[in-house]
Amino acid sequence: MQATQSSQQALTLFEKIWAPHVVMEREDGASLLYVDRHLVQDGSAPAFEMLHQRQLKARAPDKAFGTPDHYIPTLGRDLNSIQDPEKRAMARALEDDCEKHKIPFFGLSDARQGIVHVIAPEQGLSQPGQLIVCGDSHTATHGAFGALAFGIGASEMAHVLATQTLWQRQPLTLRINIEGRLGKGVSAKDIILAIIGKIGAAGAVGYVIEYTGETIRNLSMQERMTVCNMSIEAGGRAGMVAPDEKTIEWLKDKPFAPKGAEWDAAVARWRELFSDSGAVYNQVVEMRAEEISPMVTWGNSPEDVLPIDGTVPFAVNSNNPVKRKSIENATSYMGLTPGQKLTDIQIDHVFIGSCTNGRIEDLRSAAAVVKDRQVAKGVQAWVVPGSGLVKRQAEQEGLDQVFLNAGFQWREPGCSMCLGTNGDQVPAGQRCASTSNRNFVGRQGPGSRTHLMSPAMAAAAAVTGRLTDVRNLI
Amino acid sequence: MEKFETLQSLMLPLDKVNIDTDQILPARYLQKPRANNFGNYLFQDVRHDENGLKRPEFVLNQDQYAGAKIVLAKDNFGCGSSREHAVWALYDGGFRAVIAPSFGDIFFNNALKNGLLPIRLGQSDVSQLFSLTQQNAGTKVVIDLLAQTVVANSVFKASFEIDKFSKQCFLEGLDELGYTLSLLPQIEAFEKKRFS
Repeated sequence: MQATQSSQQALTLFEKIWAPHVVMEREDGASLLYVDRHLVQDGSAPAFEMLHQRQLKARAPDKAFGTPDHYIPTLGRDLNSIQDPEKRAMARALEDDCEKHKIPFFGLSDARQGIVHVIAPEQGLSQPGQLIVCGDSHTATHGAFGALAFGIGASEMAHVLATQTLWQRQPLTLRINIEGRLGKGVSAKDIILAIIGKIGAAGAVGYVIEYTGETIRNLSMQERMTVCNMSIEAGGRAGMVAPDEKTIEWLKDKPFAPKGAEWDAAVARWRELFSDSGAVYNQVVEMRAEEISPMVTWGNSPEDVLPIDGTVPFAVNSNNPVKRKSIENATSYMGLTPGQKLTDIQIDHVFIGSCTNGRIEDLRSAAAVVKDRQVAKGVQAWVVPGSGLVKRQAEQEGLDQVFLNAGFQWREPGCSMCLGTNGDQVPAGQRCASTSNRNFVGRQGPGSRTHLMSPAMAAAAAVTGRLTDVRNLI
Repeated sequence: MEKFETLQSLMLPLDKVNIDTDQILPARYLQKPRANNFGNYLFQDVRHDENGLKRPEFVLNQDQYAGAKIVLAKDNFGCGSSREHAVWALYDGGFRAVIAPSFGDIFFNNALKNGLLPIRLGQSDVSQLFSLTQQNAGTKVVIDLLAQTVVANSVFKASFEIDKFSKQCFLEGLDELGYTLSLLPQIEAFEKKRFS
């Protein structure tokens, strides 16, 4: 294994994080990794149930953190308002499980509650060099801090709760290097959608991605989170960006960040976390920022993505029979005509929020487009802030008024319409311009049709009633 | 976990790439307790039309594949959400193995922990199996875990890789957590070193 080679060896960021977490190696090459941070949410009940069946306790509750986000209402803060008793039980179970195991917990009445991938960075829980896991596939978000962060299933969560460790095989490394300056109206969401369009939904299966280059360095921490968040949509085990001064600046004085002498020691360690010059990746992809346009998805996989000035593809133009069939299925499900301009697609719903794009900078960029405009007739548009603190910040800046005056709904934080587990769904046959991360069949509700895009692009769709090139509105 | 040595079965051909876990088990069933038979919700929205009627064109609704215990799929099967429920739905629906050229990482790991054997075969092997089952739905294959082979009569034979540990877990019906709990002294020693 490269990670165990001599210190003279040029190492990747990934290798520098992996090696110190290895408790032991199994004969077959799998490594037992020590977990620094385990995030739990209201989908975690099955894992706690497994723990209870074996009468086990959480081994290191101070390394876990819990908040409800999947099942909670976005029109109020009362768990009793959840109609479905099983969904209510999920949200309640997290509260009880965290209490029972003494896991730090932000409940619904806490202003700091929110989507776990928004609040862990907000609170300074996500730090460079950490190994972070969560029973949610968008855990790669935390890789923006130069952490190795990935999603796990319920059995693995139970394993982490009981042992604070996880068996993993060392993944391969993929460097995605992007140089150049982004054009007007082009955002972090467009970068990651363009990446997925280029390498495909399975393009990074078996790999941990490191995003590098001038374009990535120029992104804010929140933008880096958006990019890392969707690594899984390219099949990546994780995605990461090496920490820099922006990372350190973000973490300084955050509630869970180290303090005093511990802070100084931590910063010294964090500054070592970069890929050495000459470090070898298993694969490298190069891209230019100038070539990235505002992107929208048209189909049912995030790889079905095109620049907004594109047209719905013709299946017959593909010489790959599998791809041909997949285009046919997707255009049929999405109710689109091959050759149709993407900007001619009318929408019914707009969803601005999610762990991908529910942060303050996302709301600012959407509000800048919405300002002095109105939501198009017949369109239902929502803003669901990613956390209570994001919501409060937005209200202090008057963004809530911009959205409300335009005819948006301004809701309470949660995962909401990204996957609709709390009942916030797009009705069958209706079309949603969404800042979330998945356009799968039925993702936002049975029969729902999702187009993924950036917050500014979703705002543009809201005010025009159709998919729109935001560059014409700013 | 249930023991797995050999399995002889029909194959259920799912002729699509990127079958995500939202399709395998829609999110609106995620709050159901594990005691439920998640097989009842397997491919719920692919299996049924908007009126709740079974779509005859979907293979899971076709009698010729009834009783299949092996899913045959294309690239990136089980991509997307980390929900282990997708594995439970396949398992509760009677499936014990999935053969595909590639899998979503998290799904692959979840499957290994629940007695659903994920088998990676090369593109041409998978294509051959699709041809075999599409020509004759009655084609049975034999998965021999000990030998790490997939065989269909005299017409098809392929080998697959599986890590030794997972293989042992399947053969003996063991689970990983029990093994790791026996390593707590090593974990404690690691913690002492790391946090001293």
